[in-house]
Amino acid sequence: MKNKSKAFKQSFTTYALVLAFYLVCEIWLKTGNMSSLMEGLLVPLCYYMILAVSLNIVVGISGELSLGHAGFMCVGAFTGAIFAVTAGAEMPEYLELFIAIILGAAVSAVFGFLIGIPVLRLRGDYLAIVTLAFGEIIKNVINTIYLGVDVEGMHITMKDALSLNLGEGGKTIIKGAQGITGLPRNANFTIGIILVFISLFIVLNLINSRQGRAIMAIRDNRIAAESIGLSVSKYKMMAFVISAALAGVAGVLYAHNLATLQATPKNFGYNMSIMILVFVVLGGIGNIKGSLIAAVILTILPEKLRFLSDYRMLIYAVVLIAMMLFNSAPKAVAFRERLVESISRKNKKEAKEEA
Amino acid sequence: MSGADKNTSGNILLDVEKLGISFGGLKAVDNFNLKIEKGELYGLIGPNGAGKTTIFNLLTGVYKPDTGRIILDGADITGKPTIEINKAGIARTFQNIRLFSNLPVIDNVKAALHNHYRYGLIHGIFRTPLYYRTEKAMDEKAMEILKVFELDGVADYKASQLPYGRQRKLEIARAIATEPKLLLLDEPAAGMNPQETHELMETIKFVRDNFDTTILLIEHDMKLVSGICEKLTVLNFGRVLKQGETYDVLHDAEVIKAYLGD
Ligand SMILES: Nc1ncnc2c1ncn2[C@@H]1O[C@H](COP(=O)(O)OP(=O)(O)O)[C@@H](O)[C@H]1O
Ligand SMILES: [Mg+2]
Repeated sequence: MKNKSKAFKQSFTTYALVLAFYLVCEIWLKTGNMSSLMEGLLVPLCYYMILAVSLNIVVGISGELSLGHAGFMCVGAFTGAIFAVTAGAEMPEYLELFIAIILGAAVSAVFGFLIGIPVLRLRGDYLAIVTLAFGEIIKNVINTIYLGVDVEGMHITMKDALSLNLGEGGKTIIKGAQGITGLPRNANFTIGIILVFISLFIVLNLINSRQGRAIMAIRDNRIAAESIGLSVSKYKMMAFVISAALAGVAGVLYAHNLATLQATPKNFGYNMSIMILVFVVLGGIGNIKGSLIAAVILTILPEKLRFLSDYRMLIYAVVLIAMMLFNSAPKAVAFRERLVESISRKNKKEAKEEA
Repeated sequence: MSGADKNTSGNILLDVEKLGISFGGLKAVDNFNLKIEKGELYGLIGPNGAGKTTIFNLLTGVYKPDTGRIILDGADITGKPTIEINKAGIARTFQNIRLFSNLPVIDNVKAALHNHYRYGLIHGIFRTPLYYRTEKAMDEKAMEILKVFELDGVADYKASQLPYGRQRKLEIARAIATEPKLLLLDEPAAGMNPQETHELMETIKFVRDNFDTTILLIEHDMKLVSGICEKLTVLNFGRVLKQGETYDVLHDAEVIKAYLGD
């Protein structure tokens, strides 16, 4: 079926693009031409790509808005980091990372499920507000938590490190706003790219599955979807939980790229959530490949154009507004359709001439 | 009153009793009764605003009735959610077309095969043999249904790219894919030219005969109604004006006065 080969081609070019990106960066790195600035961006590029793919499940595939995706990333990051400095500390580093990723995904998925409950009931603006609040709350709560461990087990308080009352040999894991220190820093570009591939594998296969079809059908027309027996709550939840789990994976990768993990407005605040949303919107809502490209460009560009970095959020706001107009204002849509049509006509003509 | 007892044994597929709903002060549907036999092609007619679409919304659980009962094939489905009602055997089309407009035509039908062709999420993501087998069977079934509506040639088009008449057909195809006992068609010929309407009549008859289903349709096109419906109910201001064999109903003086005009 033509349809099928089209889907296959799309998945294939997406994988190929990421592979090409990986190879180019590796060669660039190995030949020693890469600046240290660029080198430092390699792992961030990976978690941004994963975040873009993750949010695209909610925004593009499921058609809902989430403004709190950094919150899920935060949950994954802290889950992974806690594991890294406790049970994982004695493990071989790749085993530690592997288990941390599984745990981070699982705990974020649980949070996704909990936040998903209002998702099923709320629409549009309300949902945006709930997710936005979630992201902020998670970040702020983590900033007040003190977590320690001793022979008796885990201790937790919101007062200060002393109130943990740790016994002899006890160890503080989370020190309030100071976060978690002594992380292994065992993430690298190759692992990051593998995680990008895994995320893509999950999402692209989801889109072409029975479940993905149900999610997209519900997005396109909720009432019609119910009329053919599709459970709106089940499939909206499925999309949200998978998305949260992947954002958690990005968080684990983030945490394993640092020596110290703190929850600050910069890394897990709404600016981060908005930035991920910009990747998705700029790349084309529902367009996985596009959001990957947007993530890469929007990560590298501000670093290269340092003088712009002060205006980063301003530029994002303008980009968001411009894209929304471009995508939904009737005149812009008509213009775009004419453009696409004229291009496809030209392509067809060329194809015919070649034949 | 022992309506349910009387009908469970019989040939009655749909038994609606004293159905009613109000919106604010307006009684949109009031004391509505309807019995449809298995395999029947039944018409629901009446002027605009009479409450026809509201009855479809009540039958499919979009609205919960204030009064009355709906029995489908012996089972009480009153007040059940839309999804459960579809699983129980009612599928519908919409007066204002509601397709999955960004999905390919074939996926609109495959989405409707969802509850009949199953595999878990893990199979979908890891593409197990079960995934490939089930998807292949779904493709074949979907194409078979699309062929009936002469949509197999446009299976890969986005649903929104189809012209209006073919979108209406795709909606019927999608509803049929859920293998309903009762198919509800809300103004299927709306916006079609006489040629298309004639083809649609043939298709509706074909569907009834070949998909082992019963059809209740709302329609304003009297040619279509008198051409294919065996029985009619005329609705006026939310109440039944006349019910019976198509010929009798259409020649009833009251019906002519209230609806068909001079
Ligand atoms: N959700 C609703 N809220 C308020 N009024 C409604 C609603 N649905 C239908 N109505 C009213 O019920 C009446 C019947 O509408 P409808 O069933 O669509 O008529 P028909 O399909 O016969 O043209 C109309 O007066 C309509 O305005
Ligand atoms: Mg109507």
